Amino acid sequence: MTERLPGSSRGPARWAVYGSLLLGVLFFLLPAWFGLINAFKPLSEIQAGNVLGLPRSWTLLPWGEAWSNACTGAAACTGLSRYFIASLLVVVPSTIISTLWGCFNGYVLAKWRFRGADLVLFLMMFGIFMPAALFVFPLSLVFAKLQLSQSLAGLVVVHTLYSVPAALYFRNYFVGFPGELIKAARIDGAGLWTIFWRIVLPTAQPILVVVGTMQFTAIWNDFIFALVLAPSDQQLVTVGLNNLTNVQEDVPRYNVYMAAAVIAGAPTLLLYILAGKYFVRGLTAGAVKG
Amino acid sequence: MSTLRARLDHWLPQLAVAPALAVSLIFFYGLTAWVAALSFTESEGAVSWAWIGWEQYRRLFEDDTWWKALRNLALYLPLVVGLPLVLGCGLAILLDQKVRFENSIRTSILYPLALSWIVAGTVWRWLLSPETGIEKFMHGMGFEGAVFDWIVQPGQAIFALVIVAVWHSTGFVMSMFMAGLRSIDDSVIKAAMIDGASMPRIYWRVVLPALRPTVFSAALILLPAALRTFDLVVVLTQGGPGQSSVLPAFFVFDRFFRRDQMGLGAASAMVLLLTCAMVAVPYILGELRKQRHD
Repeated sequence: MTERLPGSSRGPARWAVYGSLLLGVLFFLLPAWFGLINAFKPLSEIQAGNVLGLPRSWTLLPWGEAWSNACTGAAACTGLSRYFIASLLVVVPSTIISTLWGCFNGYVLAKWRFRGADLVLFLMMFGIFMPAALFVFPLSLVFAKLQLSQSLAGLVVVHTLYSVPAALYFRNYFVGFPGELIKAARIDGAGLWTIFWRIVLPTAQPILVVVGTMQFTAIWNDFIFALVLAPSDQQLVTVGLNNLTNVQEDVPRYNVYMAAAVIAGAPTLLLYILAGKYFVRGLTAGAVKG
Repeated sequence: MSTLRARLDHWLPQLAVAPALAVSLIFFYGLTAWVAALSFTESEGAVSWAWIGWEQYRRLFEDDTWWKALRNLALYLPLVVGLPLVLGCGLAILLDQKVRFENSIRTSILYPLALSWIVAGTVWRWLLSPETGIEKFMHGMGFEGAVFDWIVQPGQAIFALVIVAVWHSTGFVMSMFMAGLRSIDDSVIKAAMIDGASMPRIYWRVVLPALRPTVFSAALILLPAALRTFDLVVVLTQGGPGQSSVLPAFFVFDRFFRRDQMGLGAASAMVLLLTCAMVAVPYILGELRKQRHD
């Protein structure tokens, strides 16, 4: 570890550093604290004004309520569980397919020079910047015409297509990948596919994790496609949460809403705790070097 | 046989990328072209291909709500790009002073990145609401006169969106700055110290200039994301109170799906796309040129 700024390691400046960091941490943790702590309180305690303090009597009821009984405006009040499962059914295949496909495309774009490669690159990079709000409307018409809104498969297709630019992350990775191994394999007569499966995929593990994490987070957290394109009886978790907290009830049940929010955020939060460093690496890798 | 093999080798990359290219073209550009065409028609509740030229664009720029959305964007954009940059840079510099618990601090600032706007917005909605959140807490603490009700005030609702957006992205920007700081050569800083430069001066003259690429790439991620802000408006304010916190992407969606004004929605979508293109195209062309030189 290198010595950095030896002058500032003691004295009042030190206190200022810790003080400012503490303020920052308090601000950023406030919603997490608020969400978690209120999900363990009986509603009466929240109504009485205890919104930021610890529960006086702890309860797990809001969690059960949010998971299996809360109303979301749908015909039956079955909580967030249905939505959660539907989201899993979308996010798992979408993440796997889009990541592997992106890996393959990125590899081809990086290692095989062909005419028009720059144009392909331009069109893909521009795709990153396009707003989803532009696509959902024509897509909703396409879905209606092809009757794709009957199942979740349509959403998997849309997420996979919308993720085509993810190939750029792989391309950047493979550009720096030594070509000798591939050249040797080609001389031995190995084709595109053999090289991909035998040589490229095994060495691409770090970037696979980065893009996979990113894809999982983006697809789990997606709201606009889920809102418009999901089957009406298989809505996804972001939509379910939004409906659950907007249902008109005589008394808004904040404790249940907070438990539902924590449940809906749990998978990506868990992923973040397990693979946090990959988040930032993923987000920066694509945009910094196109 | 060998010529066939050679020819196949030559064409294989194109064939392999072809599906992705076709899909990109159809998905991104086919749908865009369709929306573009729609913006020149009189479509309202149903698609109609009766051509009316620039009429929808004229209507769009006579629409008060659209102007409100643009004015809001003009307030929102500099704040949600600028504040995370300033706060993220500041926090990164503080965190770079070899503090204890560096990892815990970093984690507790970065975690919002993992959460969807819907989850974040659900919690923040109650936190910002005067009846349930911070204001109520202040009252409970004995500050009876405390007021924090931006989310229900037409003049301030857009700033409630800013708070949540800044909370969401600052940690990520901070992490980028951390990486930038760690890549600065210590000997440069040491040399400046030997020359007798004060700490603030070193940061201002040596460290910050070295972070310029980080500022650029962070802004490049924040800017398009801010232009596309939709989920946050839906979950936090629904564009309200009244139409006071609409943003362009929300306007597009609202016209398309809730008000049966397809033509107008399409026209606003094209204007939004154009603003995104103004950010994207110079950047992409620059990147491609850079690669050709490598």
